[in-house]
Amino acid sequence: MTGFPRDQWYVAAYGSEIEHDLFTRTICGEPILFWRTRDGAVTAMPDRCVHRRFPLSQKPSRLVDDQVVCGYHGFTYDAGGRCVAVPGQTRIPRTARLLPYPVVEQDSFVWVFIGDPANADASRIPRAPWLVSPDYTTVAGMEPLNARYELLVDNLLDLSHETYLHGGYIGTPEVASTPVTTEVDEDAGIVYVSRHMDDAECPPFYAKSTGLEGRIARWQDIEYTPPCLYKLHSRIAPVGSVPNADGTDPDAFHVEVVYAITPETESSTHDFWCVARDFALEDEEVSAFLAENNRTVVMQDVVALNVLEQVIAKEPDGYQELSINIDTGGLAARRMLKRLCEKA
Amino acid sequence: MNALTGDRVFRVHWVLGTDRLRAVCHCSAEREFEDPVELWAWLLDHPNGHTS
Repeated sequence: MTGFPRDQWYVAAYGSEIEHDLFTRTICGEPILFWRTRDGAVTAMPDRCVHRRFPLSQKPSRLVDDQVVCGYHGFTYDAGGRCVAVPGQTRIPRTARLLPYPVVEQDSFVWVFIGDPANADASRIPRAPWLVSPDYTTVAGMEPLNARYELLVDNLLDLSHETYLHGGYIGTPEVASTPVTTEVDEDAGIVYVSRHMDDAECPPFYAKSTGLEGRIARWQDIEYTPPCLYKLHSRIAPVGSVPNADGTDPDAFHVEVVYAITPETESSTHDFWCVARDFALEDEEVSAFLAENNRTVVMQDVVALNVLEQVIAKEPDGYQELSINIDTGGLAARRMLKRLCEKA
Repeated sequence: MNALTGDRVFRVHWVLGTDRLRAVCHCSAEREFEDPVELWAWLLDHPNGHTS
C-alpha cells in the first residue's frame, strides 16, 4: 500500500511543543509551520513562502508578534496565512496567501486536517480524555520512526509480539498464547482487539508500578480508529477480580496506553506515545519508571521496524507474506486503511 | 464479550483450545476458518454466501 488516507485528522504535536515560536513538522509529506499566537491559539500553515519556497521555520525567518517574516526576502504573513507585506512594493499579489490547515487542540494533542479543509469536521476526531483528566497521571513522548506507518499499525494491533520483542518489560508467555477476539465496526471506523488473560504472570512493567506480584488478571483491549489514534485499555488486577456490574472496578489498576501514528513521509512516521494511569497519581518514582520503561519498549519497536523498513524497501515486488490467527486484527486495520486511501 | 455495539459489527473469535477462527457477520452468519485472510475475504463479502 502506498499513499496516505486524506481528508483525515492527524496528531501533529503535543500542545506543549507549540509555543510562541516557529515550529515545523512534516505530516503526510506536507511541511507545516506552527506557532502559538499571543492569545493562545495554535496556527498551522504550509512551511513554504509562496515567493521562492523558502521554509518559514528556517532562520533567519522569524516571528514578530503574530506575523512570520520570511528570512529570504521578507514576505510577511499573519496568523491566518494572509500576506501583509512584500519587499519593495506596496501592492500585495492576490495569490500571496498561505492556506491555513484546520487545527484543533484536544486531549493534549494538536490535530491537523490533511485534505480538503471543507471536509474538516472536528467532531470526527477520536478522543483520549485520560490524557488531560485529573483522575489520571500521564507520561508521554515521541520517537521518530524510519519506517512506514503501516508497520507501526501492524505492530500495535498484534500484541503477541510483546512476548518476544519486549520480554523482561511487558512481555510474558501468556500474551502470545491467549486467544483474542477481534471486532470491526465498518461504519464507526473502529478495530477492537481483546485479549483477556485471567491468570497471567505479572511483567516487571506492571509489577513495579502497581506493587502487584505473582499471578494477575491482565486484560488488553485495543481500540484503533484509523488512521491515527490507537488506544490500549490495559487492566491489571488480582486473579479472580472482575469489574462490578455498575462499571466500577475498585480492585484493578487501569493504564491507558495511547499512540498517535502519524505519517511523516512514505517511509517515516511520528510515533507519539502516552501512558496514563489511575493509581499512584502523585508518585514521581512511578512516573519516572513508567516513562523510562515505556520509552525503552517503544525504542525496541523502533529499532525492529527500522530494520523491517529496510528489508521491505529492498525486496522485489510480489513478496508473499504469511498471516496467522494473531494477525486477525492487523489484517482488519490494513483493510480499513486501504479503503481510506482509496476513498481519498 | 462484545465491546462494540454498532449495527454492522463483524466479530472474529479465536475458538478456545483450537487453532480455528470463528467469523460472525453482522447478519449473524457464521463460519470457521484456519486462515485469517480467507476469513476477512468472506466476512467483507457480505451478503455473498452469508446464509445464516
